[in-house]
Amino acid sequence: MNQARLVVEGVGKSFPGVQALSGVSFSVSGGSVHALCGENGAGKSTLLKVLAGVHRPDTGSMALDGKKIDPRSPLEALACGVAVIYQELHLVPEVTVAENVMLGHLPYRFGMVDQAALRQEAMKALEQVGLQVDPSTKLKELSLAQRQMVEIAKALSRDAQVIAFDEPTSSLTSREVESLFALIRRLQEAGKAILYVSHRMDEVTTLCDACTVLRDGQHVTTWHDMAGVTADTIVNAMVGRSIQDVYGYSPRTIGEPVLVAEKVSGHGLRYPASLEVKSGEIVGLFGLVGAGRTELLKAIYAGSGGSVQVGSIKLGSRDPRSSVGAGVVFCPEDRKKEGIIPQMSVAENANLSVRRRFSHFGLLDQAKEKQNAEEYVAKLRVKTASLQTPIKNLSGGNQQKVVLARWLAEEVKVILLDEPTRGIDVGAKSEIYAIIRGLAEQGVGVLMVSSELPEVIGVCDRVLVMCDGRITGEVARADATETTLLQLALPKTEMSA
Amino acid sequence: MNKLKGSSGMLLVLIGMVVLAGVLVKGFATGENAVSLGLAVSTVGLVACTMLFCLAGGDFDLSVGSNLALGGVLAAIVTTATKSVPLGIAAALAAGALVGLLNGLVIAKLGINALITTLATMQIVRGITNIVSGGSPKTCSVVGFDGLGKSAIAGVPSPIALTILFFLVFGFILNRTVFGRDTLAIGGNPEASRLAGIKVEATKVWIFVLSGIVAAFAGCVQASRLLAASNNAGEKLELQAISACVLGGVSLAGGVGTMSGVVVGVLIMGVVQNAMSLMNIDTFYQMVVTGAILLAAVVFDKVKTAQNEKRSSRGTA
Ligand SMILES: Nc1ncnc2c1ncn2[C@@H]1O[C@H](COP(=O)(O)OP(=O)(O)OP(=O)(O)O)[C@@H](O)[C@H]1O
Ligand SMILES: [Mg+2]
Repeated sequence: MNQARLVVEGVGKSFPGVQALSGVSFSVSGGSVHALCGENGAGKSTLLKVLAGVHRPDTGSMALDGKKIDPRSPLEALACGVAVIYQELHLVPEVTVAENVMLGHLPYRFGMVDQAALRQEAMKALEQVGLQVDPSTKLKELSLAQRQMVEIAKALSRDAQVIAFDEPTSSLTSREVESLFALIRRLQEAGKAILYVSHRMDEVTTLCDACTVLRDGQHVTTWHDMAGVTADTIVNAMVGRSIQDVYGYSPRTIGEPVLVAEKVSGHGLRYPASLEVKSGEIVGLFGLVGAGRTELLKAIYAGSGGSVQVGSIKLGSRDPRSSVGAGVVFCPEDRKKEGIIPQMSVAENANLSVRRRFSHFGLLDQAKEKQNAEEYVAKLRVKTASLQTPIKNLSGGNQQKVVLARWLAEEVKVILLDEPTRGIDVGAKSEIYAIIRGLAEQGVGVLMVSSELPEVIGVCDRVLVMCDGRITGEVARADATETTLLQLALPKTEMSA
Repeated sequence: MNKLKGSSGMLLVLIGMVVLAGVLVKGFATGENAVSLGLAVSTVGLVACTMLFCLAGGDFDLSVGSNLALGGVLAAIVTTATKSVPLGIAAALAAGALVGLLNGLVIAKLGINALITTLATMQIVRGITNIVSGGSPKTCSVVGFDGLGKSAIAGVPSPIALTILFFLVFGFILNRTVFGRDTLAIGGNPEASRLAGIKVEATKVWIFVLSGIVAAFAGCVQASRLLAASNNAGEKLELQAISACVLGGVSLAGGVGTMSGVVVGVLIMGVVQNAMSLMNIDTFYQMVVTGAILLAAVVFDKVKTAQNEKRSSRGTA
């Protein structure tokens, strides 16, 4: 076995009202990909931020190759050899790739940036990650996956020895995931210590060769050898019980169409699209990232062209307010940009829409709001210090639950869900599936975008597949397999290649 | 929690200032001076009520000073012409609402930056005020014109009483109505608010209309108190109102603000100016100090948002 490079010893960190980490100790070997697992709010991101110098630990210490490290800022952490690749990348869109790679340590001569050296060094780092782009392109022209590579190149240009990834695959296509994994394996061979946070158990079991589980900020267990460790074992350690049937599918009675969208169009949707969702039906919308699924949901919810009929009523104007009024709600994928109001409390975020119905002549009904927020925070098991905590202080998965709660309180006829379980832990996932099922059983029509094949196959009654802005097929539950769905989702040129 | 901390810090500053001024400045701690301080801040106080909404919604309104002048001048002219005070005030408020509507429509519907838009209307309205008034102050001797400014409610001079009333009403609107919470949500994250079914554009238009009306009303009160409306009234009022808000913990980035904070901010500005006047400090020096306070407030805001940003980046993913 390789020897331990990164040692975390008794690290604790508290925020007002929350003990995010307490006495966490474990070690990461060189040449190993070490998974970090735990429920939403278990403290994974906090641990990475302590490593990265964003937070200072209240207790404990960290050491790299036997030398104590105590970074006070991300820059100091990088100088010590620790780099964290966050889900939201910390890059500057308006400047070139080369400058981004070398951000913070641009080579200079006589007080001026040495362009030749900059290009050369950036090229070297980009080569290491296998990214073939001209270093002088502006970063904003790159895809998300490419930007992630730039972030990794940046870490390598600083000679990082510990590289930590926080849910790196949640917005990547399966192809991009493959090339990321290939890169991670190369880093592994180079003897780096790699930390890998993910809620996707299949990734953990295939990619990682060690695993640490956190629960409520405490260290539960570390496996330095993954032999005999299955997804089930890990989940068991995470939530303290085993989760049998995550999807819990059972056939429902499916009624009349509740949502009929004809030739809808909207911003970003390349071709008008038509679809139908019946009452009590859960319809999946599968496709690769960039296939136009989000755009289709938005075209239904707040688009311009075509027509949308809900039950027997045809929507006149399709702005969010009228759609909500007609019982059509939309739960966005990018919670930070489109979901949460960061400074506002958990309660206010949960009540953002429904308070209009609770109010009397524009006056808020505070009692009802409080009751509503309490009910859904409990129902969805949102982990928060209090209802008054600003939502930005919650862990990613818990923010997602609050955004979902916002709509559950409405009188919903059709719910449009865009990646409803992104960043959500296994336990909470099965709770969310149960909620979706519950809605369907009450006769709600569910249209759900997802990039996760097992989820689509496990949850949906029917799957629509999109590719390059068009609906390319419809597959009934009985016929939905990974192959049938992927065949429809992959662009034709890629299929023949 | 953070909001509370931010404004209660400023509350301590205010208390410290009052105590210091009470001990050091002769004539500060008298009932008479309290009234003159109240009168001095009443205009900024009224305007700050709606400026809070503009800032909380992620914009600001630079046209309030010009609006105030136009409101006062129109009130004086129309009252003189019609001999009816209500008509005069109605004319002023209508003009303010119109300017606000223009601001709101351009900013919300066309998506043009509030800085540019209200900078432009600030000049336009100032120009119109000068055209209407012929470039000189307008007096008004109609009986009852001094009703708003010279009377007293329960012993409190009306301008002060009205300002207190406005603080209460707009504080209530911000905290207890859908409109108020929508305003803060829009400032906090416009796209999320839109997708949650909040009518972002309409709310913004209303905010600017209210801002226009309140500024014009403040102009009426001021004209009534002085029995004359100056075409130059309200110069730099927008800056005073914004600095009072920022001192009170309202974020220039939008989404954060409380009425109690604004009250504190308004009073801090008032106490400083009042104390300096009592000490016979030259107006030029007063300008330096007022500017320094504004700068301090903006730096304060910057440091606070930087902290918030750090915190929010920590809180996600
Ligand atoms: N800046 C902060 N202020 C207050 N509390 C915080 C802050 N950051 C994190 N927390 C709290 O610390 C706990 C751990 O959060 P963390 O983000 O580390 O969870 P996580 O394991 O990454 O969860 P997820 O899988 O949902 O991303 C949560 O209860 C969260 O609310
Ligand atoms: Mg996290």
